[in-house]
Amino acid sequence: MDDAIGVAIAIIVAGVFAGLLLKGIDRKLAAFMQSRIGPPIAQPIYDILKLMQKQTIIPATSVRWLFTGAPLVALTSSIVLLLYISLSYVCYIIGLQSPVQGDLIVIIYLILIPSIASISGAFASGSPYASIGAQREMVILMSTELPIAVVVLSIAWHVADSMYNPFALQSLFEYTLWHQAGAFGILGGILLFLAMILVLPAEMSKVPFDQAEAETEIAEGVMVEYSGKLLAFLLLTDAFKALSLSALIVILFFPYTFTDLFGLTFSIGGYSITPLVEIIFFSGKVVIIYSIGVTVIRVIMARLKISQVAKVFLFAVSAISIIGMVLIMLDPKMKMI
Amino acid sequence: MKSDITYPLNIGPIHPAFKEPIKFTFRIEGEKVVGTDIDFGYTHRAIERIAQERNYIQIIYLLERVCGICSFSHPMAYCLAIEDVAGIEVPPRARYIRTIIGELERLHSHLLWTGVAAHEIGFDTLFMYTWNIREKVLDCLEELTGNRINYAMLTIGGVRRDITADNAQTIHQVLEYYEELYNRTSEILLDDLTLRARTEGVGILTVEQAERLCAVGPTARGSGLMKDVRVDYPVNAYYEIPWLRPVSPRDIGKEPIGDVYDRMAVRVLEIQQAIKIIQFCMDNLPEGDINTGSGAVKMINALKKVEGEGVGRYEAPRGEVCHYVILDNQEHPVQIKVKAPTYSNGFTWAPMLTNIEIADIPIVVASIDPCVACADRMAYVLKDGSSGTISWEELRAKSIQKYKGVRKRWMMR
Repeated sequence: MDDAIGVAIAIIVAGVFAGLLLKGIDRKLAAFMQSRIGPPIAQPIYDILKLMQKQTIIPATSVRWLFTGAPLVALTSSIVLLLYISLSYVCYIIGLQSPVQGDLIVIIYLILIPSIASISGAFASGSPYASIGAQREMVILMSTELPIAVVVLSIAWHVADSMYNPFALQSLFEYTLWHQAGAFGILGGILLFLAMILVLPAEMSKVPFDQAEAETEIAEGVMVEYSGKLLAFLLLTDAFKALSLSALIVILFFPYTFTDLFGLTFSIGGYSITPLVEIIFFSGKVVIIYSIGVTVIRVIMARLKISQVAKVFLFAVSAISIIGMVLIMLDPKMKMI
Repeated sequence: MKSDITYPLNIGPIHPAFKEPIKFTFRIEGEKVVGTDIDFGYTHRAIERIAQERNYIQIIYLLERVCGICSFSHPMAYCLAIEDVAGIEVPPRARYIRTIIGELERLHSHLLWTGVAAHEIGFDTLFMYTWNIREKVLDCLEELTGNRINYAMLTIGGVRRDITADNAQTIHQVLEYYEELYNRTSEILLDDLTLRARTEGVGILTVEQAERLCAVGPTARGSGLMKDVRVDYPVNAYYEIPWLRPVSPRDIGKEPIGDVYDRMAVRVLEIQQAIKIIQFCMDNLPEGDINTGSGAVKMINALKKVEGEGVGRYEAPRGEVCHYVILDNQEHPVQIKVKAPTYSNGFTWAPMLTNIEIADIPIVVASIDPCVACADRMAYVLKDGSSGTISWEELRAKSIQKYKGVRKRWMMR
């Protein structure tokens, strides 16, 4: 238990740097794809350090307590989200007993809270651009709900056939989606993965789903009035969210550890360094997921209109995820315990 | 869902979507624009007034700075106006070189517009790509004229620099480079799915509206109006090009409806047309002088003996630019009037911006390729420094008062 608290603190501290570095890698990779040089990978960290020293301006027209409180709520909930998603998994891969199992339903709700906080902050700022951004953010939030719920439910449904707890994240490490999957199951799993990959840029407010922050339309939308420390909190929230959502996709679809796959263990001078290798392997998977879901998609597409986004998610992505769910249900092998 | 609640939304004077200061006040209903008000006048620099105190040669370099991108078109129209009033014959080689530089400018201006438009709809990769390939034509212009943007190539009665054999080599290389890239670039611009989703059926300007509002350039041609100063009133080498005609979306087999996609298609096709025109001019470049041979002082002295009025019309990348000058035996023109393409196209914003979504505002505004600094020819400031509103009658009375002297001489004849 004490070990787990230590791991939790380590996750938060490492999460700050890992999340910001993830965003730095995203920017560098996007720059490479656009044949630019791009900023140094540590640029988001420098940004946060600088913003922490800058003056925080609170607009006179804003509702002060909500405007200043919203970024704090967003940051706190995103840290909880990261812990909820990664604590049990990190404990699992480094071979500790985890104090929490990681409840999938709670995770669905926790994903919402940072967005709801930034919407409240935007409405409280009193800026018309921020209000338009907040309205758009709500539309995106509502349209991505169904695909996320369907993906999580179908995975839980699959686990429910086993002896494990269906809504615990921990069960997925032992009993993965691909476990005993036939052709239908694999196809269904791929569709669910596709749906989650499309939800990722929408949750992260990136092109083609960055309407809430559209720079050339509404000048950063929900974030337009934030400055200084409050802006730094929102950027940190973004970094935590990037890390947690990519980690969630990794855990839902590719929870295999290095040892599972290759059956190798590492040690230096009698001390086992397998946990370290596992952490690096996990980080690698997170970076790959984020690069596919956010960097590549945002480089090859233009921003859609908000009406088009609602259509994409309510019809196309929902359809993809529901077909995936049906395919998994139809898979004869998966039904067998 | 119908609601009666509308709210105002100010975009500008300073906004990331616009590269120059201009203010739009929209009435918004949900995400839909129901009313538009446009406010110019934030970059007024009194160019026409300054021009009345410079001599004829200095004005060329002043007018290059009317607009950052049409830095060839404005002095071109001015030179044509002066040559018109003074009856100066331009040598054939100079006319061809003028055409070449003008088309190179069109090439880089359209590539610049493509990048800006892509940025407006969040397609930054295309923005980086087009601005990257645009460097090649800018390098070529630098080699030909000495500058990337403000070329200082023109003079009254010709051009200042010749195209040497080395330069010709560079131009051929540049043309080959763009011919190779053209298919790939036009495929991205005209066939990309998200780009089409954002541009098709957006910001429609019907052919009747285009005609009534006097749209010019790619904006008019995108609506299906076959209107091009290069064809209708050819100058320089244009009337020697037998196949020259206004481009239209019909060239790619699409009936124009006047949306953003059509205007983009026109610009993409004009890139190809510019390549062909430069090719033609390079193949048929005549030998001979590149200007009248008289120096700046001699030219000014000659123009001091001239009186009369002249008009120069030239097809800038954004549409027709028109300069009107009055000469009156002085070292400088007594009046010069600049009519930039955005001055005509600005009015087309009103029908285009009605009933679109907020998300479409930047791309629709950018679709006419606005040059606000070109169009800002007047600012009304009260004595205490604040700005006010002036009525049409009042403005007319003030203008008549201001140009009384000039009027007397020229209206009485």
